[in-house]
Amino acid sequence: MQATTDLGWWGVLIAVIGGAIRVSTPYLFVSLGETLTEKSGRVNLGLEGTLVMGAMSGYAIAYLTGSPWLGALLAGGVGALLGLLHGAVCSLARVNDIAVGIALFLFGTGLAFYLGKPFIEPVAPRLPHFALGAWSPYPQVRAALEINGLFVVGFGVAWLLLWGLRNTRWGLIVRTVGDNSDAARALGYSVPLVRTASTMAGGFLAGVGGSFLSLYYPGTWNEGLSSGQGLMAVTLVIFARWNPVHCFWVSLLFGGATALGPALQSVGITANYYLYGAAPYVLTLGLLIYSSSTQRTLVGAPSELTINK
Amino acid sequence: MAKRFGDVVALDGVSLKFEPGSFHAILGENGAGKSTLVKCMMGYHRPDAGHLLIDGEARTIGNPRQGHHFGLGMVYQHFTLVPSMTVAENLILGSPGLPAIIQWDRAREALEQFQRTMPFKMDLERPVATLAAGEKQKLEILKQLFLNRRVLILDEPTTVLTPAEADQILGLMREMTRSGRLTVILITHKLREVLDFAGEVTVLRAGRRVGGGRVGDLTRDDLVRMMIGVAGVPAPAPRVMTPDGAVALELEDLTVRNDKGVVAVSGVSVRIHAGEVVGVAGVSGNGQRELVEVLAGQREPESGEIRVGGAVYARTRAEMRRSRVFALTEEPLRNACVPRMSVGENLAFRNFDEAKNTRGWLLNRRAIRDQARALIARYRIKTPGPEARLETLSGGNVQRTVLARELSDQVSVLIAQNPCAGLDIGATAEIRGRIMSARNAGAAVLLISEDLDELLELADRIVVMFEGQFVYETPRDLADMQTIGRYMASHA
Repeated sequence: MQATTDLGWWGVLIAVIGGAIRVSTPYLFVSLGETLTEKSGRVNLGLEGTLVMGAMSGYAIAYLTGSPWLGALLAGGVGALLGLLHGAVCSLARVNDIAVGIALFLFGTGLAFYLGKPFIEPVAPRLPHFALGAWSPYPQVRAALEINGLFVVGFGVAWLLLWGLRNTRWGLIVRTVGDNSDAARALGYSVPLVRTASTMAGGFLAGVGGSFLSLYYPGTWNEGLSSGQGLMAVTLVIFARWNPVHCFWVSLLFGGATALGPALQSVGITANYYLYGAAPYVLTLGLLIYSSSTQRTLVGAPSELTINK
Repeated sequence: MAKRFGDVVALDGVSLKFEPGSFHAILGENGAGKSTLVKCMMGYHRPDAGHLLIDGEARTIGNPRQGHHFGLGMVYQHFTLVPSMTVAENLILGSPGLPAIIQWDRAREALEQFQRTMPFKMDLERPVATLAAGEKQKLEILKQLFLNRRVLILDEPTTVLTPAEADQILGLMREMTRSGRLTVILITHKLREVLDFAGEVTVLRAGRRVGGGRVGDLTRDDLVRMMIGVAGVPAPAPRVMTPDGAVALELEDLTVRNDKGVVAVSGVSVRIHAGEVVGVAGVSGNGQRELVEVLAGQREPESGEIRVGGAVYARTRAEMRRSRVFALTEEPLRNACVPRMSVGENLAFRNFDEAKNTRGWLLNRRAIRDQARALIARYRIKTPGPEARLETLSGGNVQRTVLARELSDQVSVLIAQNPCAGLDIGATAEIRGRIMSARNAGAAVLLISEDLDELLELADRIVVMFEGQFVYETPRDLADMQTIGRYMASHA
């Protein structure tokens, strides 16, 4: 605790930055997944459920096999299955993707709690991290720069998605379907198929993001693991203007907001702890108000999204 | 070839032959079966009878992709471009051998090379959303040519173009057919396009082929007679000379932003007198929609003032009623009606809350139904009854319903936007007649239209709107199509 007082307010800043890196990973994965899904013209509000399901299944598999990486991968697989369910149901006539998303959100969390009961007690191996702060004499800096492997993967995926949406056949097809489905149909592409595939890929990413919660930070499986990160990540996509690399930066911002309460606590400001804990939610509301207008539509929004119609 | 939708026979045994290298027009009114015919050819619809022969061999085309395989390409009435993508991305998108990873250097080089063989060029890096309608139409055609189509079907390609742009594009198509590279099938209801550009013509009416042949052998009157089945177009409504009335509607320095926050209407001022029609010409997308939305109360202006009868007009329901301001907005199913409510309810939108239609807190259903019956009879709305849902009516009858609601009372100011878009010659004449009689009865009319013929018929004064500004004004007697067309395309 001595070093904390040495660093003073710098300590808060470092703790916020460290927290941002640590907490942002689930936001990042869910928002990347949602970006991909929304680029194809569909909204999947069920990613909160996918996140919790990914956390549970990742933890269970890591515990059963002893490999946290296999856990993360299969958590993605489970997420993709939930995405397939969303995509398939939404491909039926006159089904609203937002309603299906909410149903899937409740279904995913409920199923995870039910199947996850036996895994609350056991301890699964955690995902490894890189100690990039080993050079520093300050423990706070060392703690802040413990970079998790999945965070690095997420950073890579963000750039890969940005590149892929511009430079690959799949990228162009997904954008066409999301921006002008008539054009896609005229080109002979199946709109429901592309959207379902995009929702599956989005679900995969959200599932991997979920495994981070149970396998790294906080690093256990219990029912209170997610506090709405999956839903906030959907807002984050709007603020990031459907740009994967912006998603990365905005995830860090949200992560930092989440870390604010604990960081202030570390310098002894314990008053209003729960108020600071609400920072990410206040940020969500603030961003929504800031980025919305009755007079204009959002720049960059895929025009086939139901929320834009 | 034949096709029926439910009980409606859209296409009734039509046979056609297209020679290679020909420019063949299919002429007909809305609902004559033109679009159905080509959609059967392209594989969007499966014909109930008949078949398609390509180079003498019978082919079944089950979907547009198979159509593409035989070199058939179609340019649609509505753009099939992806607005957020660049010209290059849109061109590449349709290529059959689109590689998994696109090497943009090489793709761009191929596109440049292709453009060199084409009669017109485009900037490959521009996002499609920033292109004018004429450029988009060119890009649609370019896209088809890039795919090496032999037969190009153009479905009403000039609806959104200025007369000059239309001439340019159809001229280019004619040149390409002359050099034998292409066969063009032009679907249209505009006689001028057929007479000026096509080599052969087929006229459809009510799903049947009613005539056709070499364009050189046919006169304008022949074509009109075939199209509508009677001699001549109904005469335009008489214009009664009205004395100069007081200024009824006044816009002063009106500036409006569009959905993207960009200035769409910029410092527009105009005064319209009672008993006068001011026509606003212009290619769609030059701020007309935003202007109408402000006047109809759907959008807030950025700055400027609207005055009706000399008083500032804030577009509330009370003011609309007091000042007798009415509107015929475009796309009535979206802007002026609730498609799932009944015809009677839609007819009562202006006055359902007035004393004659209410009983205390409750609606007087009987009074509303009686009003609906009277209006349906007076405006000859074809509907099973006042209880029918509005969305079940045809386009012409939806427009008649709106007309009945907006024009049956005394009108001081009327805003009309493309009131006859998509309607046949009969309905068009009727609606123009109603607008003219509103004017003759002393209404000030602001008529925003993409149809120059309509403006020349109805307007007392014509202004041209370009990029959000009124750039030219002319009285009706001195109006000249060429000059107006030039202002529609530029400030010059």
